[in-house]
Amino acid sequence: MTETQHAPLRDDPGRAEDAVPAIELAGVRKEYHAYGETVAAVQGVDLAIAQGEFFSLLGPSGCGKTTTMRMVAGFEEPTAGEVYLLGESVTGVPANRRDVNMVFQSYALFPHMSVFENVAFGLRRKRTPKAEITERVTEMLRIVDLTGRERRRPSELSGGQQQRVALARALVNRPRALLLDEPLGALDLKLRQAMQVELKRIQREVGITFVYVTHDQGEALTMSDRIAVMNDGLVEQLGTPREIYERPASKFVAGFIGTSNLLAGDAVESGGGTSVLKHGDGGRIEVGREFATGDKVELTVRPEKMQITADEPGDGLCRVHGKVSEVVYLGTSTNYNVTTDGGADVVVFVQNAMNAEDVARRGDTVWLSWEPQHSYVIGSAE
Amino acid sequence: MTTTLGKPAASAPAPAKRRRRARRDGLGLRLYTWLIIAWLMLPIAIMILFGFNDTHSKQNFQWEGFTLRWYQHLFDKGDLTRALWNSVSIALLSTVITTVLGTFVGIALGRFRFRGKGVTNLVLFAAISCPEIVMGSSLLSMFVSLDLPRGYWTVLIAHVMFSISFVAVTVRARVVGLDPKVEEAAKDLGAGPVETFRLVTLPMIMPGVLSGALLAFALSIDDFVITNFTSGSTVTFPLWVYASTRTGTPPQVNVMGTLIFAVGVLLAVVSARRGRRT
Repeated sequence: MTETQHAPLRDDPGRAEDAVPAIELAGVRKEYHAYGETVAAVQGVDLAIAQGEFFSLLGPSGCGKTTTMRMVAGFEEPTAGEVYLLGESVTGVPANRRDVNMVFQSYALFPHMSVFENVAFGLRRKRTPKAEITERVTEMLRIVDLTGRERRRPSELSGGQQQRVALARALVNRPRALLLDEPLGALDLKLRQAMQVELKRIQREVGITFVYVTHDQGEALTMSDRIAVMNDGLVEQLGTPREIYERPASKFVAGFIGTSNLLAGDAVESGGGTSVLKHGDGGRIEVGREFATGDKVELTVRPEKMQITADEPGDGLCRVHGKVSEVVYLGTSTNYNVTTDGGADVVVFVQNAMNAEDVARRGDTVWLSWEPQHSYVIGSAE
Repeated sequence: MTTTLGKPAASAPAPAKRRRRARRDGLGLRLYTWLIIAWLMLPIAIMILFGFNDTHSKQNFQWEGFTLRWYQHLFDKGDLTRALWNSVSIALLSTVITTVLGTFVGIALGRFRFRGKGVTNLVLFAAISCPEIVMGSSLLSMFVSLDLPRGYWTVLIAHVMFSISFVAVTVRARVVGLDPKVEEAAKDLGAGPVETFRLVTLPMIMPGVLSGALLAFALSIDDFVITNFTSGSTVTFPLWVYASTRTGTPPQVNVMGTLIFAVGVLLAVVSARRGRRT
């Protein structure tokens, strides 16, 4: 018992299987018919989620992330496209015969059963021998730190504990993948942060693929190996948290994840894979893509990548000129709101590391500068 | 940090004082409550009391001393005993049938959208609100025009008919309050539709099903009006008691009433305790 305690819970992380994605969606569409109209909640999603990955579906409410997950779980059938679990199509297979388990936002625990019986429910359905049920449930309750609460009813537990029962109830079945639908949505901030760390620890301990649905970008960035940002039923960007944060692929992603500064400029020269854009008086922005002269280009720059100075910055840096409209002191950092000469409102985060005084005051005219690699083109508006 | 954290306020006597004042203020309310309870309980108390009356006349109106005679000779009157068993068996049978059918109606109404849902709701409400005497007479004319011989079975059909709405309505209320995700969770964990119903849905709506069944039983066992129209020559307990008032009601009737009441109280207590647990 003690030897196997920290081994991954999947029986056979077989070599041959490793290359096969745990979950694959190919051209998945879901349409609903309401009031004589057809609404596409998911309009063509292609995804491959690797085994053992912590994968997040991130997006605002109504973006299709929950519908996508419910198609994987088997509660909805796609209108078009295929869902594969470990390479096998599961079209037409009902939820109770799919080897994935789900953690619901409302926990959906069985109120008339003890914690033990809740967790044992899935194993009993599979006619697992009694001794094995006791062993696996006990082990799982240890992992989620609920040892000693076996005989309680769910109503006698706190929100965080109920959450962990829901998690244990799903994980004890050693599913191919665990689907989590905004599982921390009902918890308060402190508990949510603690559970984020806890979830990540549990995922490492059991080694099961986690698919995590959330609208909370902070949560997705903290926990995920990869994130799919969804909007309007489509995947806008797929990548690691760093890729998504640092190199947003669209205006939507840039706006949805963290704070970003949106700037626009007219291409004035280009060549050798780069272009220089003009933004207001003296504003000069270099981007890593060629544009025809006169093109209007939109780009984003993260607030913490910008420097704020009174003097014009040195060559090689992107720069715009503007006026400080607000200074907000936040303890560890200070936010400067600057209106550029080109008419854009931008925010700059300055860490309060060394500087004892604010680097600029309200009303000052300043230069903002950044390294060219921190400019991300998200579109060219004609 | 050795500063005093502030002594606990000397508030020990305060709650006691508050409690005393509350008791004085609540006197009117307490009086009123007890009056209502007395008003509700007095007829029942008299029924129970006169089951112990050592009466020798045909009528059982005057207290003549305590006896357990009527409990010993409870089943001495054959036609009364037969009437009681008719009532009990009709009540039990109709409760079982009503509970099963009404539960399914309640689940359908609480969970699904379907063609005819509005009509079903209307029919249920109509059956509850329709005056009993009208329902009884129309049932009689229906049975006559269908040429069904009136008796035990027509009474049973009538009882199922008028109590099914009560079960459906109580179950529906419970189903509406149910998180459908709990059933999804059961499916997700490998339970098929039948298992999901047996292991999750039914236990969760059980309080509603039980109170519906209790209602159905209570409505059936003492129904007079509809039974009188549909019974033909079959005699139930209420019909026998009504007929006996002309010649004198024997104390056994009080004893039987007491026993039915006791069973009812027992069931209500059990159901309330179950309800508190879940």
